[in-house]
Amino acid sequence: MMARREQEEIIIHVEGLKNGFGEQIVHEGLDLDVRRGEILGVVGGSGTGKSVLMRSIIGLQTPLEGAIEVFGENTIGREETEATNIRKRWGILFQGGALFSTLTVSENVQVPIKEYYPGLDQALLEEIAAYKVVMTGLPPDAGPKYPAELSGGMKKRAGLARALALDPELLFLDEPTAGLDPIGAAAFDELTASLQKTLGLTVFLITHDLDTLYAICDRVAVLADKKVIAVGTIDELLALDHPWIQEYFNGPRGRAAVASAERAGAERAGART
Amino acid sequence: MRGSADFERVDSDGGTTLRFTGNLSLACLRDLPDRLNAVEGPVAKLDMRDVERIDTVGAWLIHRFARDHESTIEGLDDDEQHLLDQVAAAEHPIELPRKPADPFTRMLGEVGDAIFVAGHTLYGLLGFMGATTIAFWNVFTHPKRFRFNATVHRFEVVGVSALGIIGLMSFLIGIVIAQQGAVQLRQFGAEVYTINLVGRITLRELGVLMTAIMVAGRSGSAFAAQLGTMKLTEEIDAMRTIGVSPMEALVVPRTLAVVLMMPLLGFYASLVAIMGGCLLAWVSLDIPPITFIQRIREVVPITDLWVGLVKAPVFGAIIAISGCFQGMQVEGDAEQVGARTTIAVVQAIFLVIVLDAFFAVFFSEVGWI
Repeated sequence: MMARREQEEIIIHVEGLKNGFGEQIVHEGLDLDVRRGEILGVVGGSGTGKSVLMRSIIGLQTPLEGAIEVFGENTIGREETEATNIRKRWGILFQGGALFSTLTVSENVQVPIKEYYPGLDQALLEEIAAYKVVMTGLPPDAGPKYPAELSGGMKKRAGLARALALDPELLFLDEPTAGLDPIGAAAFDELTASLQKTLGLTVFLITHDLDTLYAICDRVAVLADKKVIAVGTIDELLALDHPWIQEYFNGPRGRAAVASAERAGAERAGART
Repeated sequence: MRGSADFERVDSDGGTTLRFTGNLSLACLRDLPDRLNAVEGPVAKLDMRDVERIDTVGAWLIHRFARDHESTIEGLDDDEQHLLDQVAAAEHPIELPRKPADPFTRMLGEVGDAIFVAGHTLYGLLGFMGATTIAFWNVFTHPKRFRFNATVHRFEVVGVSALGIIGLMSFLIGIVIAQQGAVQLRQFGAEVYTINLVGRITLRELGVLMTAIMVAGRSGSAFAAQLGTMKLTEEIDAMRTIGVSPMEALVVPRTLAVVLMMPLLGFYASLVAIMGGCLLAWVSLDIPPITFIQRIREVVPITDLWVGLVKAPVFGAIIAISGCFQGMQVEGDAEQVGARTTIAVVQAIFLVIVLDAFFAVFFSEVGWI
């Protein structure tokens, strides 16, 4: 009952968004709602502006037109002091991790905590950083390493550890599984789902990974023709007659992802009996 | 709703219980960690029934306390228990950052490191010079592999684009030398020797030296940054796998451009400096330009021009090679590009001045005084 009411609460509300660079228009009349507690997958062909949409929502890109509300507050054209209240409540994982290269992984995780809660003592900060690092699936000895010493996948996990530093309510992930091996990607999906469950996170997830969509996304938003052409569960999307959606989910990779999702479902069912 | 985290201590027959209330989350912790650290003695139970919300930091504090006081945790619902289990599973011993050594030991260590790095760099630079020479030989024996367009493009970037700034700098330097020389020489009534001073010092030393410093700052740094960035983005690796030698494609055109442009720029700088001196002599010493030039022709031996022109390509080679060498040494992250670029410029200017000293001794030995 409680869960149902929370489901209906809108965390991110985008209306009539227009974005463009010079002559080129990326978004026009884009609407999107993200509900509390869901994992929303955002898909679309290359160059349809998935990352630009995320950057608009988090305030790195000022749209030409439109309104964006996060946690019920308008994010466009507001004062810097108002913005910090919202920044405390979200975490962002950029595509390449975007770790601060002069700091160790552990120090990277501590940066947001120190910024917003300067009173905590160093020993506790180190402990918090240490368990966050391990929770995101990095080996324990990764903490004192510098980003340059990490592989691409490890950088992503370290970036996630930093995004989760403040135990945010809202998490933005920009292609978290791109460049990871299948085992690592599956583990990352599982991690996202379990964090979402235990922390009650809302996740805005940009991905190309069909397995991720099937495994953890509650709803999927499809970006094409400069707007969100459809939002819904994968089954709902499949019922639509849009050529790109059909091609995307029914292509060879789409069918393979369905098969593996069904296999995983059957295994889970088998394990239960 | 968002009550701050709190606990109270209840002592009973079954042992001590801590009853937690409020929000056990990072935003609502306040002084809870310190107060928990202050709790002493065995605590049997941690009662979590009245906790509104718990996040990983709260779960970590509870887990740590329970571990240290061997307490049992009660009253968590399934999700909270799951969170606590996850945090507990992520526990591992951490190494706190090591304390720095005492200043004397650290100084010795740093001196040792610096000597090692200097030796290593010199060794590497010599190796790179060898590799550049081999690349030049390969291009010479296989002229089709010579990148004509890239080289001409470098001529423009290194030479033509630098004319403005080098001209301005040299003109001002000519004025300064003439002015300072005139002030000093006037004391002996020998103002006319200002012309000797300007003519000889610019052609022999300052024209080429200042040009070398400017080219190191403009082009040496650019080479280091370009090659360093290409190294980071794996462009250089891509070249190698395609079969293009980065030494031939990148280092040879750059080195050749600087080696050929340096004498031209140095000669140009000397002439502009003489023009600067000429202007000052005219304005402040009343020596007309025609007399100035006549006098220059009498007092400046042609060997002074050769001294400058012999040094210039050698300085150019040093600048180009140390820029390219430092660029190729970049590994890891973007910060390295900045550090290597700085090193390239400092190293180039240092080596140019050292070589200039050797040249000064050499030319006086061969009698080009």
